[in-house]
Amino acid sequence: MNIHEYQAKDFFSRYGIPTAEGIICRNPKSCSEAYCDLHSSKVVVKAQVLTGGRGKAGGIKLANSVSQTVEHASSILGMEIKGHTVDRVMITQAVNIESEYYVSFVIDRSSKSTILIMSREGGVEIEEVAAKTPEKIFKIAIDPFTGIPNFLAARAARMLFDRNEIVKQAIPIIQNLYRLFIDKDASLAEINPLVITKEGKLLAIDAKMNFDDNALYRQNEVEVLFEPTMEEKKEQEAKAKGFSFVHLGGKIGCMVNGAGLAMATMDMIKLYGGEPANFLDIGGSSNPNKVIEAMKLLLSDKEVKVVLINIFGGITRCDDVAKGIKEAFKQINTNIPVVIRLTGTNEKEGRDLLKETSFHNANTMGDAIRKAVELSLNK
Amino acid sequence: MSILIDKNTRVVVQGITGRDGGFHASKMKIYGTNIVAGTSPGKGGMVTDFGVPVMNSVHEAVDNEGANTSVIFVPAPFVKDAIMEAADAGISIIVCITEGVPTLDVVYAHRYASSKGSKLIGPNCPGVISPGKSLVGIMPGNIFKEGNTGVISRSGTLTYEVVYNLTKQGMGQSTAIGVGGDPVVGLYYKELLEMFQNDPDTYSIALIGEIGGDAEEQAAAFIKENITKPVAVFIAGSTAPPNKRMGHAGAIISSGSGTAREKKEAFEAAGIPVADEPSQIPSLLR
Repeated sequence: MNIHEYQAKDFFSRYGIPTAEGIICRNPKSCSEAYCDLHSSKVVVKAQVLTGGRGKAGGIKLANSVSQTVEHASSILGMEIKGHTVDRVMITQAVNIESEYYVSFVIDRSSKSTILIMSREGGVEIEEVAAKTPEKIFKIAIDPFTGIPNFLAARAARMLFDRNEIVKQAIPIIQNLYRLFIDKDASLAEINPLVITKEGKLLAIDAKMNFDDNALYRQNEVEVLFEPTMEEKKEQEAKAKGFSFVHLGGKIGCMVNGAGLAMATMDMIKLYGGEPANFLDIGGSSNPNKVIEAMKLLLSDKEVKVVLINIFGGITRCDDVAKGIKEAFKQINTNIPVVIRLTGTNEKEGRDLLKETSFHNANTMGDAIRKAVELSLNK
Repeated sequence: MSILIDKNTRVVVQGITGRDGGFHASKMKIYGTNIVAGTSPGKGGMVTDFGVPVMNSVHEAVDNEGANTSVIFVPAPFVKDAIMEAADAGISIIVCITEGVPTLDVVYAHRYASSKGSKLIGPNCPGVISPGKSLVGIMPGNIFKEGNTGVISRSGTLTYEVVYNLTKQGMGQSTAIGVGGDPVVGLYYKELLEMFQNDPDTYSIALIGEIGGDAEEQAAAFIKENITKPVAVFIAGSTAPPNKRMGHAGAIISSGSGTAREKKEAFEAAGIPVADEPSQIPSLLR
């Protein structure tokens, strides 16, 4: 889960990480008030959207006066950035920057720990720095049981900064950012850039935080900040029913048990020349209600011309799944062709149950997908 | 032979009085796994209806029944403690089935388990099976067959799909492991590949990866340098859009890295065959 820059900065402030003062505005009029309240002749108008690349899209602009602030805010509010509409901007004091740095904490899969990532190349995309000049990136894996003692924070700070007065400011920033990361079950806490101002102060100019979805149950303060898009709302509804769903836009609606098999099913549809409409993992249950709910979800997408059901009966028995499917289709009226492939435990019994139906029964995953693609191309 | 578990494996089921824990414990027992105890704090002294003694702690299961392997079914908020308890009790292999565990909990628990010399598998995994010997997890035992192919996978049902194809082609399995679909999990490709390389009864290895992270790329480099047995690979998620979690928390393409294409290219560059469909794996291993 992601949050906005201004929300991340609120967390930063509460954890003693210095940021430039900013005011959030939802219309141009309040921007003019914000400009006056900030008592700074130069301000920055920043789009608040849950995606990167704001600067390149023209969502971040410098203003020297009230009128210019309002003018920029008017152009940025309502702007589309990577499919996200800007509905609020942050007005912040402009800062005289001497130099820019990068600091973040992130979960590292290979060391199975939180790592501190730093670079003297701040204010640019860190992935690019990592790809082109990996020697300019410093990484320190953190032992969860010891955290970041002073010596470690000092060592890290000296990798970034040469002047003692800056190192002194950087130590608590590094420690506090880590504390925030752990306290809030973050998966990313990033300052890019962390700047030294002309006045010799360290300041977080931007703030980015992502959080672990699995931990939201114990992070109410974070959870309330969730702003789902239309698509995410649909995905959330599916999740509440025990599914995992992602909309993709093709013609073949897929219902599969297990995430890996669901992905492989999508991949093979594409391989055989079709287009999957979605990723849908219905999990390990043959409950007819679940099949009914899943069918409703698939059929609510008007682009769907064929439904493909690919079930590997492991613990779930194929005859139970077949019963569930038959039950579901007693309640659902549709002309859309359905291709079913059931394999695994009790597959023979399952197939026998489906013999007298109008479903297209396939023996293998390959056969099922070939049939579904063929049907989707004829529609 | 096999890796990780065999006839000498003595299993304690953590969370045996829960719905999933009880169900799968009885399935494992029917398969022939030596289930020596289950735990459920406060319910010590009970016996399950399939005849397994319930104890209050893993320590009791180790002290009284000689448990050396644990399988965890407790709800996600309690997993961190359950893993640490098993490690503290001296369990050597800890298999965590539970899904939805906060990542930082796994970071702590994994670090603790390592410090005690325990090996962690999972969380959010289907477990481990050495066909004909022992099943520790939720895999459908009937689709497996004793044999000489090692299977390592990040997924559940996709593993079954591959195993089913192997079994149908007469290729049994030495051991099959689902490592789990979360960003941070215990044993991974490198350690398991090494174990299979050293297991005289494993002749070939099937590796089933998916999008997210760069473990497959690292595995490709590791295989090239260290594995002499034939390896075949399938990677799921070629059509996954970026920044969308594909069911597994770990299956997400972020900032353009972790794509199936990069992973396939890494294996191909290392001379390891990559299947377009799971059903091609058996022929690639022959």
